[in-house]
Amino acid sequence: MSASFLYALVGIGLFSLSLYGLIVHAHLLRKILALNVMGSSIFLVLVALAKRTNEAPPDAVPHAMVITGIVVAVSATALALTLMLKLTAETGRAELPDDQRESH
Amino acid sequence: MEALTLLAWMFDGLLGLGLLWLAWRALTCPDLFRAIVLFIAFGLLMALAWVRLDAPDVALAEAAIGAGLTGALLMAALAKLHPTETNDNLSVQAEISRPKGRLLQWLPVVALLLVSAGLGYVVLSLPPYVTGLSAEVAANLKTSGVDNPVTAVLLNFRGYDTLLEMVVLLLALLGVWSLGGTELHRDTAPGIVLDTLARVLVPLLILVAAYLLWVGGHAPGGAFQAGAVLGAAGVLLLLAGWRPRVGLMAWPLRLMLVAGPGAFVIIAALLYMIEGQLLEFPTAQAGILILVLETAATVSIGLTLAALFLGGRPRNDKGLT
Amino acid sequence: MMLVDVLCAVLLIAGAVFFLAGTLGLLRFPDVYTRLHALTKADNVGLGLMMAGLALQAGSWAVVGKLLLIWLLVLLAGASVAHLVASGALKRGIRLWKR
Repeated sequence: MSASFLYALVGIGLFSLSLYGLIVHAHLLRKILALNVMGSSIFLVLVALAKRTNEAPPDAVPHAMVITGIVVAVSATALALTLMLKLTAETGRAELPDDQRESH
Repeated sequence: MEALTLLAWMFDGLLGLGLLWLAWRALTCPDLFRAIVLFIAFGLLMALAWVRLDAPDVALAEAAIGAGLTGALLMAALAKLHPTETNDNLSVQAEISRPKGRLLQWLPVVALLLVSAGLGYVVLSLPPYVTGLSAEVAANLKTSGVDNPVTAVLLNFRGYDTLLEMVVLLLALLGVWSLGGTELHRDTAPGIVLDTLARVLVPLLILVAAYLLWVGGHAPGGAFQAGAVLGAAGVLLLLAGWRPRVGLMAWPLRLMLVAGPGAFVIIAALLYMIEGQLLEFPTAQAGILILVLETAATVSIGLTLAALFLGGRPRNDKGLT
Repeated sequence: MMLVDVLCAVLLIAGAVFFLAGTLGLLRFPDVYTRLHALTKADNVGLGLMMAGLALQAGSWAVVGKLLLIWLLVLLAGASVAHLVASGALKRGIRLWKR
């Protein structure tokens, strides 16, 4: 197992951790944090798998995709944070309404 | 040689463990401020991981955008979310909800363990050595106009992706502005240290951005990294209390924001009319075209990131938004 | 190994020792102000030693200039940010640790 597979496995572990965090947490800021960690984990898997070239320079196309992905992730985060702030201003709490809670 | 490989393995293993541990702590910390700080540290360790994986362009982009600007955006949102708590003691406790019932608590854990086991099996069964597209990129690098393969892929071979990415950035800013935006307010005037730091660093950051833009042609660097450094300069100015003059906020600001995607679209349309293919660069002019596109993109990216951090809509002369 | 390599290794290890000391201070010191003190001072010296070690391996004077610029920028940013964090902590009423 070479270094690239080690990092790919770390990326998969991070993905599972952040997906668990996205599902379980109710607070929207935590969900946005989990989304960012998920994005980073997927980029880690992509770049790790791009390094499988034997002694040659790594494959440049996944690197370009990951740079694009980082910029898109920051734009999505900015928009998501504004949506969260507007939701909190409307409803008073930074969480999406839950069916179980509304009935109480 | 054996000792060097063992050290490299230990370093990679420690880095991986550090990434996993930081991510877990950032996601399960009850204090939101501390969670964001841990996330920024996670982003910086990621930049180290990119360096270990021979991806210096990605490391530059991650350190500037992924760790720095995302962290600044999260901090600004936290300050707007809980203004009194962040002013008083910087510890914003938001409780971590636990789903009720044993089944609901353990079901996601089991499901995710199965998913990660499946993904791990798939990844480990991939062939250990594969060239991917690196052979094609290396073969066509001379006709692309630049020497850095990542810049060639970003701006020439897959220029269409970059065009759409610039439009995505613009759309995010339009979304933030359409929602009415939440302005970053400053209660007190900045102290002398922050003021002097901004005055000293911003010209230097502009110089570094121009250098990164130029060197991206033949070394790690490029338009996105340069744009991120410009965005950081904008964030520093905004934090030091500077707000642009109202006159600058109408047409000049919007023109510069649109310059990036606009240049792409105009050049794509011209090339379609001349060459018959969208974004097909003629070999002789490819270098110049890439430089022009990168310059427009850098200005746009920097301004868009700073405007996203500010969050508020620009006002026109009459005071209306 | 050449003398330059040995000297470079010594400087890098010395820099790492200073970083370790700074991190120990961050973990063990009682309040914000003492932690900032440990962090900025130890990390600046550690970075300077590491830059000196890397400058010995540099290929040209331009690279040495860039390394020096990096160290000066980190010094500037570290000192300013430490001041800002400390003044922010003072404003929020975090008191100095007295034994």
